[in-house]
Amino acid sequence: MSSKHKQQIGWLILVILGLFAASSSVFGEELSEQIMETEEAASSWFLRARWSPYIAGIGIGFLSWLTFLLSNHPLGCSTAYVRTSGMIEQSFKGKETTQKPYYREFAPKIDWEWMLVVGVVIGAFMATFSSGDFSWTLIPSRWSMAFGDAAIPRIIAALFGGVLIGFGSRWTQGCTSGHGISGTLQLAVSSWLAVVCFFIGGIITAMIIFKVLA
Amino acid sequence: MFNQLHNKRSLQLVMGLLMGIIFGFLLQKGGATSYDVIIGQLLLYDWTVFKIMMSAVLVGMVGIYFMHQRNMIELHIKSGSIGSTLIGGLIFGAGFAILGYCPGTLAGACGDGALDAILGGIPGVIIGSGIFATLYPGIKKHFFFKGEFGKKTFPELFGINPWLIIVPLCIVMLVIFLILETNGL
Repeated sequence: MSSKHKQQIGWLILVILGLFAASSSVFGEELSEQIMETEEAASSWFLRARWSPYIAGIGIGFLSWLTFLLSNHPLGCSTAYVRTSGMIEQSFKGKETTQKPYYREFAPKIDWEWMLVVGVVIGAFMATFSSGDFSWTLIPSRWSMAFGDAAIPRIIAALFGGVLIGFGSRWTQGCTSGHGISGTLQLAVSSWLAVVCFFIGGIITAMIIFKVLA
Repeated sequence: MFNQLHNKRSLQLVMGLLMGIIFGFLLQKGGATSYDVIIGQLLLYDWTVFKIMMSAVLVGMVGIYFMHQRNMIELHIKSGSIGSTLIGGLIFGAGFAILGYCPGTLAGACGDGALDAILGGIPGVIIGSGIFATLYPGIKKHFFFKGEFGKKTFPELFGINPWLIIVPLCIVMLVIFLILETNGL
């Protein structure tokens, strides 16, 4: 890295810290509440069960710099699932699978993004385990409020919703990470349209499920 | 920059894993791996998901355009069309509300111990992706080229300096955050 670049990165970090300082003075009340809660809980801030969503978001923003700079890759998750699907199909059908047009574009093999998704499982586990909150849950509480504690309906809904997510993410060529975060932060026209559609579709469907059906 | 590093395949797989661990850690700490939080966002009473996404976009956007203008990084813009982006996006949205997780937070929910994600969500997304891969040639032919707008960014579309979009967008988002916080959302 040239010294010019180093200097420029230094300036960039200063600007971001300035933005951060400005935003934390805006949200100061929330942050100071957090600090008080932390003292009451007598545990370090890092191990708290929940962080401010702004802190988590800012962290993901910084992480996106690293993924572009060090890996030449935007954060994204959904192609990992289609590669997995291809790898499973390939184990039954062999070469026939790799010759499908879609798998010629997205080869059914382990790549950076596939490892990223594995990392997400591990990272989330580390976060919940380190704060002492890990537990197995089957029925989320908002679901059980509306539809009760039976396991089968929830699993079927999750399976069906998953099929739509898998199908829709391939159709729109991205998900809430690839389009919703990485695409929008690059100011991509396709990604802003996609994320608006994700939330329009999501809000309408959620309203039907929880206000009409429940 | 770092072209040699980008070409080291095994090292990149390790880096993908490490970056995924950070991503999953942050998603979980922010609350986005929770079904209740995501459904709360779609029912518009819990704005956590919006806050995480938009603060990531603000910070990311400033850094990415800063580095891109100095040729330190390449952009990765996805192509789009009404037939692909809009229709697929709405299908995705419906699935998002029924499953209660998206592909990234679904992986996070598995690490969180959510059995509905492990037993229902993961197999579902893999099956749905596989169905699409099989139907791809037909869907591509009939939908992907309808209302195509290609791999464009808004600065390219309007032919203006990116910072004329970035700076106002940052201000608008900070105002929205302020409104959300003052209204206790």
